[in-house]
Amino acid sequence: MRGALRNLTYFLIMAALIVLVGQMQSWNLALSILNLCIISAIMALGVNIQWGYAGLFNVGVMGFAALGGVAAMLISMPPVVEAWSAGGTGVALGSLTLIVTIAAAVFTFRSLAQGKLRMLALIIVIAVGYSVTRSIFDPATDAIERVNPAATGYLGGLGLPVLLSWPIGGLFAGGAAWIVGKITLGLRTDYLAIATLGISEIIVAGLKNEDWLTRGVKNVVAIPRPVPYEINLQRSEWFINWCAKLGVEPVTFSSIFVKLCYASLFTVVLLIVLYLSEKALRSPWGRMMRAIRDNEVSASAMGKNVKARHLQVFILGSMVIGVAGAMLTTLDGQLTPASYQPLRFTFLIWVMVIVGGSGNNWGAVLGGFVIWYFWIQAEPLGIWLMEQITTNMDAGSALRAHLIDSAQHMRLMTMGLILLLALRFSPRGLIPERTGHG
Amino acid sequence: MENWLNAFALLSNFVIVPALAYGSQLALGALGVTLVFGILRFSNFAHGDTMAFGTMVVILFTWWFQSMGINLGPLPTALLALPFGILFCALFALLSDRLVYRFYRAKRADPVIYLIASVGVMFVTNGIVRFIIGPDDQNFADGERFIIRARDFKEMTGLAEGVSIKLSQGITFFTMIIVVIALFWFLNKTRSGKSMRAYSDNEDLALLSGINPDRVVAITWIIAAALATIAGTLYGLDKSFKPFTYFQLLLPIFAAAIVGGLGNPLGAIAGGFVIAFSEITVTYAYKRFIGHLVPEDWEINGLIQLLSTDYKFAVSFIILLLVLLIRPHGIFKGTGV
Repeated sequence: MRGALRNLTYFLIMAALIVLVGQMQSWNLALSILNLCIISAIMALGVNIQWGYAGLFNVGVMGFAALGGVAAMLISMPPVVEAWSAGGTGVALGSLTLIVTIAAAVFTFRSLAQGKLRMLALIIVIAVGYSVTRSIFDPATDAIERVNPAATGYLGGLGLPVLLSWPIGGLFAGGAAWIVGKITLGLRTDYLAIATLGISEIIVAGLKNEDWLTRGVKNVVAIPRPVPYEINLQRSEWFINWCAKLGVEPVTFSSIFVKLCYASLFTVVLLIVLYLSEKALRSPWGRMMRAIRDNEVSASAMGKNVKARHLQVFILGSMVIGVAGAMLTTLDGQLTPASYQPLRFTFLIWVMVIVGGSGNNWGAVLGGFVIWYFWIQAEPLGIWLMEQITTNMDAGSALRAHLIDSAQHMRLMTMGLILLLALRFSPRGLIPERTGHG
Repeated sequence: MENWLNAFALLSNFVIVPALAYGSQLALGALGVTLVFGILRFSNFAHGDTMAFGTMVVILFTWWFQSMGINLGPLPTALLALPFGILFCALFALLSDRLVYRFYRAKRADPVIYLIASVGVMFVTNGIVRFIIGPDDQNFADGERFIIRARDFKEMTGLAEGVSIKLSQGITFFTMIIVVIALFWFLNKTRSGKSMRAYSDNEDLALLSGINPDRVVAITWIIAAALATIAGTLYGLDKSFKPFTYFQLLLPIFAAAIVGGLGNPLGAIAGGFVIAFSEITVTYAYKRFIGHLVPEDWEINGLIQLLSTDYKFAVSFIILLLVLLIRPHGIFKGTGV
């Protein structure tokens, strides 16, 4: 009971902090912090499923989130008809040959006995398949990229409602997790860590360079929203009347209203994910997962298939991250491949989980809120701090300019320190995992 | 015959020489990772940023020496600054061990806890480096640029294709050989090196034989920091210094260490060259190379590039996955726990 009270206090303090931003700075800012807090909390839940339930160390959160972002773009953007007619068949054929190549390679690997012959056959299959794929793919993608490169130059999407992309983003991320997990699970934890680090770098490299699919660093902007646009709100009569009744100014209130719409959508997703995670954790499946985590050998002696369970939980966690990634791109309204930075998308999420309490879903959510809040607020705080420190220095001094300039890097250091301190002095986090029958 | 020589010269210039230099840098980096893994038994994610830290100190000293007019003539001034970089980097590594890792060692924590702690150290190191020197590119190479220029090579041999060897590439390769010889001499011949190997093979037995674990750990950190600084400085001289690039080097370095067998120093060197050669051969455009080998009237379409250079990380990743699929313990057997 005392635990529940303490947890409630934490969340109330967090709510008060966000309200404080609303009062002191602006409600617009408070709501955008809240929206990103919710998305961070969902990502942290995904990592918590992998790490907290099963002890799997995923260093590729960025890649899975990016796949979710791609899904948001692919589902919601209108298709570029010209590009489809220019290279659609080529891309389709190329993808088909790629799949055939992979299938043939797997078939060769399985059907021949281990040895030099298998190696040779495998190399030939892959080399032939790869060159055929490239010879079909390259002209097609070139043709697509030539179609009005300033505005489109890519295939576009399916033109469906963007909300649909949230589950699809989860599926994309789950698919990638299946490939990585299939190969690296069952080996040392370090290997999984390195492999996930690798796959996330490759996914983001793909996003940046496959212009025909994602426009690369030219970014895809104006992704359709699931909520109304400010400008339409400001023009509609009911909204203006409503503002008059509330006594608020329509322009500011329209952007607050849009953010509130996002916040409610995100809250629904957060509650669903949280509910399912809690259910799973308290079910026999969750107890089995924790048993495997705490002692793999005895769990496997009890007849549990450790590798299959790990694969399952790894895919589930990655799917949650993918959903959150799609939500983030929806909120931004644009896909900007260059914005995917490992420190922001992978390691920050880890700090959230460790600080919040690994193994406890409420802890992960709290960690997501707290860390995101401080990540945003640390920058003005750092600049303010630096100005205080350097206030006695000569105004034109190079050192002073350098120090104030570098304040933005302080938050990297702060996050590292928070992670190290939490790991050392409060390894079970703000809201520790509940063990036993309590 | 001349066509073949031209083709070979071309390949040397764009594939073999750069890959030898890059492979040396990766090998030195992977040696550091593999040593920490062998002795302390965890994958040190902070290694890339330790490299950046050491290189940063070297750069600062280089600038200081340059401003005082001290230089090594044709050789880059950075070589003179290297010992200072190693010193500061070793102190930094020892400090991080004292403040962070020692606590978990006393508790005999799970390797994955060390891994997370090293992520924390990585953040802090990264922050320090960016704070001091900023996130931008820094160029600190001076002295002669080339050992052999492409033009001189063409005049000497009369071939159409030239081979140029940058001074930084030559220095990288020779430094790597000297460092590796010194390291293996240390590990195999000296008392401290032998106690390190004993500790790596069987910790409990080593402790029973009276080996002082604190000493072994301290020496490991000093060597790892020295290797990181050397690798980082050589990489920075050869290409350029940018903190984020050093973080990204983590993947090929780990791939090299795992491909060779984690915990096996010989494997780390082999792994470094395997990764470097595959990365460069796969991302090289073979159009001109093939042009020399086929009859002149043949027309070659496209660049004949297997993979765009943007995907060079994919190469280390795929090799890593292949090795994990086929030989999970690496080419040479590692001490994988």
